[in-house]
Amino acid sequence: MSALGSAPRPALETAAMVRAGELSAVEVLEHHLATIEAHEDDVRAFTLVTPDEARTQARAVDAAVAKGEDPGPLAGVPIALKDNLCTRGLPTTCSSRILDGWRPPYDATVVTRLAAAGAVSVGKTNMDEFAMGSSTETSAIGPTRNPHDLTRVPGGSSGGSAAAVAAGFAPLALGSDTGGSIRQPAALCGVVGLKPTYGTVSRYGLVAFASSLDQIGPFAGTVADAALLFDVIGGHDPLDSTSLNRPTPRVLSVLDEGVDGMTIGVLAEYLDGVDPDVAARVHQAAEALAAAGARIEEISVPEVALGLSAYYLIAPGEASSNLARYDGVRYGLRVDAEDTAGMNTATRSAGFGAEVKRRIMLGTYVLSAGYMDAYYNQALKVRTKIIEGFDRAYAQCDLLLGPTTPTTAFALGAKTEDPLTMYLSDVCTIPTNLAGHPAISVPFGTGDDGLPIGVQLLGPALAEGDLLRGAAVVEAAAPPMAPPALTASLRGGSQENREGVS
Amino acid sequence: MSTEWTMVIGLEVHCELKTATKLFCGCPNAFGDEPNTNVCPNCLGLPGSLPVLNQRAVELAMAIGTALHCDIRPSTFHRKNYFYPDQAKDYQISQYDEPLNVDGYLDLPDGFRVGIERAHMEEDTGKTTHAGSSGRIHGADYSLVDYNRSGVPLVEIVSAPDIRTSDQARAYVTELRAVLVASGASDGKMEEGSMRVDANVSVRRGADAPFGTRCEIKNLNSVRSLGRAIEYEAQRQITLIESGESVVQQTRHWDESAGRTSALRSKEDAYDYRYFLEPDLVPLVPDAEWIQAVSDTLGMMPAERRARLAQLLTEAGGPSEAQVDQITTVVDLGLDDLVVEAVAAGVGTALALARTANEAATDAEAARVLDPKAYAELLTLEAQGSLSATQAKAVLADLLAAGGGDPAAIARDKGFEAMSEDSLAATVAEAVQTNPDEWSRFCEGDDKLAGFFTGLVMKATKGQANGKAVAAELRRLRG
Repeated sequence: MSALGSAPRPALETAAMVRAGELSAVEVLEHHLATIEAHEDDVRAFTLVTPDEARTQARAVDAAVAKGEDPGPLAGVPIALKDNLCTRGLPTTCSSRILDGWRPPYDATVVTRLAAAGAVSVGKTNMDEFAMGSSTETSAIGPTRNPHDLTRVPGGSSGGSAAAVAAGFAPLALGSDTGGSIRQPAALCGVVGLKPTYGTVSRYGLVAFASSLDQIGPFAGTVADAALLFDVIGGHDPLDSTSLNRPTPRVLSVLDEGVDGMTIGVLAEYLDGVDPDVAARVHQAAEALAAAGARIEEISVPEVALGLSAYYLIAPGEASSNLARYDGVRYGLRVDAEDTAGMNTATRSAGFGAEVKRRIMLGTYVLSAGYMDAYYNQALKVRTKIIEGFDRAYAQCDLLLGPTTPTTAFALGAKTEDPLTMYLSDVCTIPTNLAGHPAISVPFGTGDDGLPIGVQLLGPALAEGDLLRGAAVVEAAAPPMAPPALTASLRGGSQENREGVS
Repeated sequence: MSTEWTMVIGLEVHCELKTATKLFCGCPNAFGDEPNTNVCPNCLGLPGSLPVLNQRAVELAMAIGTALHCDIRPSTFHRKNYFYPDQAKDYQISQYDEPLNVDGYLDLPDGFRVGIERAHMEEDTGKTTHAGSSGRIHGADYSLVDYNRSGVPLVEIVSAPDIRTSDQARAYVTELRAVLVASGASDGKMEEGSMRVDANVSVRRGADAPFGTRCEIKNLNSVRSLGRAIEYEAQRQITLIESGESVVQQTRHWDESAGRTSALRSKEDAYDYRYFLEPDLVPLVPDAEWIQAVSDTLGMMPAERRARLAQLLTEAGGPSEAQVDQITTVVDLGLDDLVVEAVAAGVGTALALARTANEAATDAEAARVLDPKAYAELLTLEAQGSLSATQAKAVLADLLAAGGGDPAAIARDKGFEAMSEDSLAATVAEAVQTNPDEWSRFCEGDDKLAGFFTGLVMKATKGQANGKAVAAELRRLRG
């Protein structure tokens, strides 16, 4: 593996080489394990690294190739899994103390599909506790750091997955996106993050935060790799009743088709109040799309401004019910007390962090008799309005364009004292979840502070094909971005390691 | 002067559906297995698990709706949130404001109609056993939970507050149970908890007064408990009101051994269940074709079966009071096909009904599997006079014990040869000659003495004589 010192090899290329017998899965894995070994102490992307299990998987891939079998489209590609995806026999913590010691007896559907496609899971990634947060700082084991600047947050809640890809720990990762938890950290860490259409990727085995909004999706270094991963994990699953029973768009094969003839709307509301350097990158991306033949229009969907408020009623409402099961009776943490109700209270008081408690209380309140109509049901009406607003826009446009986040990565600790400020970092991503639509964040240069900026493409339900075509055009026109400073500075230090696996 | 107290009763019946698997997962739906063996990530509420609706459970729920003359509507599932250790997810998936079946009715055997407000689907909880003297969760030393029942499909059938007496309440539950069994939806076993009843009871003065404040009674494990609990509760409420106090809306617990109800919780501390649409499931919208298919496979309901038997007695001027009871017994026990078959073979309806309700009913389990043709053959032998009533009953007992057989052959083996006319006439003549006083009184019109002579003949023939034939011979001799 002579090329390991330079840019990381895309998953697409790695899989092709492994399938062709030109590269062994074990070699690929050892390189990534070495990178993890070298930088994980600084980045803290993982809740758990699983080298032994990974080596077993990698050897199985190599054995299959040796026997002339095809291990699948992700043959030998290392992947990191957000720690809210159930992995049989391996701890699944959601970065919460309340799941201490729990090992799921089953694999999430996506985990099964990854294994069947030949992927090699290197570990579970850190996250905001139960995916509630935008910085990975609510994790019970402490924050993940942004590989581009260790004093900054990686975003969240899937910050560990975004950082893992950015730091070269794995070319691919899975995250979950309830209000922006894939796209926002992807933008802040300078990687690609796709939130697919609700129902295209099975939620079976994804520990629920807000079931009507949660959706699993890929992180990757490139748009093509994200497409490759989406094609593997997508598709109907009888174990998830909300899984769409119709053909899921296959996206890898249409990537090169360009945007000629598409109409792409620049979403005015998403540019309100964002940092000027971020807005400038969005306009620059629009120009690139125009240059590739798309018609660019400015478009307004005023309803999206209501998204944040509606989201913080709907998501906590569902979460208050989804998280009720952590009661100390069957699994995870149990703090003993005089009686059952006391044990429930003691367990939940000790097991949940402040942000999770805040949302459970908020959610319990908005579903309570006498308040439900004013809050939760009102929010559901707003949700319908937002869908109608998007429908109007998509009658005119094929895709929408905007920033992923209003700012680049903020400093660790900067927003932890003020939840409302923290919530605002998801203002441009939340409406997509409320609508159940797909959206993708693509790295597009850096801001005035030298940190990555992501631009976001949004599409109507099941428009992943168009979305990825647009993303490919944006990616091709993206201004250069330096590799993470951390990795660059530490690259020398880990040279021996690197050569050891080359 | 005040009018008499009357009761207003509404019943909520939970019925476990007789599916092979649970409502939202593939675990076996079985009673009595080793605790916590029929469980999976779903019915244990493990993180990441998701519910998948059992289509067979939907069919059985629609069968109940059809049998209760309900409208079957597009419906949704909600979450009912409350903490309890036997509740694996700490919420129950239940239909709430959009239930599958609405606006039906159930006709009781006496013709009284009870409205059905709804019959909706939901999942059962696990089963908790509290160790310690209290037997309840409060003050328990420890509690054990068996999740085998967690996720078992239930239909909750909510009656309108149409019921007015404890007898009606008992008749309603008995009839409903028969409907549930006949529809194939449930085994209706109250003793195993597959059918559970809660009663809402209030009292008022007179039949037209506004409804009083109601109490809900739980823990009614038999039809008998239901009747007793309603009587007790109504009297408790009447006593309260008559002593100047008022009834507080409460959930009350029936204590079978003490024979009384006690307060569980009042309206003020009622749970706030925070119902909201279950986001893990999609709306359940059965299409017309599916509804029709369920309806097509539905067998006859008890009311129809009773009507079918009553119909057979039309020429006789309709069933007598005793025959109404016989019809109810025969239908309740699922033996009405035996009657219909026998009548079709030429046996009189009255005889077929009486034999079935009085004799076959003593071993209903065996009678249900009896070959209706063999049964009809036996009753034909009796109707033709080839066998006496006593002989026919003896042959039937053998048939039931053996699970079937040829009635004629059994009769032969028992030595039941029909008496020849000559031999019968001789026996009757002897009875007449040896009792001249009774004979002359009979001839003067004292018909009661027919029984006396028949008794003598029966005694002389060890029951082998045909009663009808004896009566005919007596009439002939009298001239």
